[in-house]
Amino acid sequence: MGSNSLHVLKGINFNVNEGELVAIMGSSGSGKSTLLNILGMLDEADSGSYFLDNIPIKNLNEKIAARYRNKFLGFIFQSFNLINYKNALDNVAMPLYYQGIKRKERTDKALHYLEKVGLADWATHLPNELSGGQKQRVAIARALASEPKVLLADEPTGALDTKTSYEVMELIQGINDEGKTILIVTHEEDIAHMTKRIVNLKDGLIIDDGIVEQVRAKSYV
Amino acid sequence: MFNIERWQEIFETIRKNKLRTFLTGLSVASGIFILVILLGVGQGMQNGISQEFEGDASNSIWVWTRPTSVEYKGLNPGRFFSMTNEDFDFIHKTNEDAIEYESSRVRIWGAVITYKKESGNYRIEGVFPGFQFIENQSMVSGRFINQQDINEKGKIVAIGNKVKEALFKNDEDPIGKYIKLRGIPFKVVGVYKDKGGDREEEQVSVPATTAQQVFNRGQNINNLSYTLKPEKDFETAVAKSEEFVASITRYLKNKHVIAPTDERAIGIGNSLEQAKRFYNLIFMIKAFFWWVGVCTIIAGVVGVSNIMLIIVKERTKEIGIRKAIGALPSSIIGMILHEAIFVTAIAGFTGLIFGLVLLEIVGPMVKTDFISNPSVNFNIAITTVFILIIAGALAGFFPAWRAAKIKPIVALRDE
Repeated sequence: MGSNSLHVLKGINFNVNEGELVAIMGSSGSGKSTLLNILGMLDEADSGSYFLDNIPIKNLNEKIAARYRNKFLGFIFQSFNLINYKNALDNVAMPLYYQGIKRKERTDKALHYLEKVGLADWATHLPNELSGGQKQRVAIARALASEPKVLLADEPTGALDTKTSYEVMELIQGINDEGKTILIVTHEEDIAHMTKRIVNLKDGLIIDDGIVEQVRAKSYV
Repeated sequence: MFNIERWQEIFETIRKNKLRTFLTGLSVASGIFILVILLGVGQGMQNGISQEFEGDASNSIWVWTRPTSVEYKGLNPGRFFSMTNEDFDFIHKTNEDAIEYESSRVRIWGAVITYKKESGNYRIEGVFPGFQFIENQSMVSGRFINQQDINEKGKIVAIGNKVKEALFKNDEDPIGKYIKLRGIPFKVVGVYKDKGGDREEEQVSVPATTAQQVFNRGQNINNLSYTLKPEKDFETAVAKSEEFVASITRYLKNKHVIAPTDERAIGIGNSLEQAKRFYNLIFMIKAFFWWVGVCTIIAGVVGVSNIMLIIVKERTKEIGIRKAIGALPSSIIGMILHEAIFVTAIAGFTGLIFGLVLLEIVGPMVKTDFISNPSVNFNIAITTVFILIIAGALAGFFPAWRAAKIKPIVALRDE
């Protein structure tokens, strides 16, 4: 990183209500990942304010950021980011470990979420024994395990083939149907249209923000 | 520390990363192991050489005189002086508690000794009964000079084995026979041999008092020789003998008007001083072993530091993931430190136990004069283990601390 500062986001003003399923779209360099990182408290905005569940998120030190991330947010990454040497169950149980939940309860809960993503039978498998789609499901189960208010997905289908992508999207739609708020960063039109609202970014500005007719992923599968 | 959840997490990590853990442990364990062995051998050498000296009666002290070398109280340097019976008696009286054997010595260099037609040129030593023990002479036949001979100034002689062989041909028994020392007849009462070699057997011993009278020495004596009573340990023995030497030197200098600064006038041979030089040598060897051991430990610490750095580097992404899902920086540092301390502690104690067991088993089997009962001060070994653990923790801390500070978004990008 050079010493030249680059303003990636130049004035973003938007609201997400509880239960929404939002796609953030834009070409590369449009600032969509930066926006997601700020929302995910992995990064902080130079100016402006951010309220999550009516709590102002500002002046975060590492400790508070970690606590908020653990309590409010679930992350889904393009590259899954599972811990290689831990099996699926332990990966899912990890956020619960950092919540200070006892082992027994952790395992029960983790198993419940693995069941929810349809991988209960794979609980004891290591990530490298799973297919890409399965890995992403484990990651989704992990994101859900801490019972966050918001799920943030950064190109969740970026590393998957079309069929698997739709399967993952079907799962995400299902979770959203249960009332969870989900933000998805994507550059794929078909994925974006499976959400309920599409925000289009270009050069750090919102150029379009509108409700769309949700395409159910099931119809493709 | 006593968080069961944390322990489970650590054990899981260790179990899943056996090679990494093994390599860390190996460098720690081998460091401690080598240190223990080195210290053990060092201690063994000290024990062995101590025994060599304690077993021997070589704690003898010899005093002789030489011309003075410093002008003192109007007396020129280069003055000859001689010790006298008075000196011998005074030292006897003032040091009775410390002295084991004592003898003054009147030496006649080169005297023709004859028996019938055989003759030879030998040294005559005028001595006391204690001289036999100071010189480690043992009797082949007959007896040595006794106190009665001293008191009566008897003309009796104990002869060295070489003298006997030269004068008494055809295995003639010399006991009771008369031999002539510078023409004066002496009765042979014994034959002795000396481990010191032929030279020590080519001499004859007569009572010191007789020698002074017969050979016109007046009250003069050439040498004083002593052995001191055994002490419970070597250090005390050395201290006592040094004290004794200092006291007689002070006395003799005062008595014979010799400058206190005159290093030459009174010659002292202290065999314990020689032994002490051996001790200094052992001390150097031990210091060297310590040095090598400490270097080994440093190498171990560097090894552990390296491995910890690599581990943290390797786990950067995992740390990012953990942070993204809500791990506090403190819990990241705690996790890495906990693992580092746990692994170094187990490995350190393993190395310690292996080293101690090896010393226990092999130690008694070592059969040389210079190593005996190699052992290690347990406290030192334990301390070393703790130093290594602390070093491992420090080595782990800095990379862990840095890793915990990395923004999760950066750590996650690390492929």
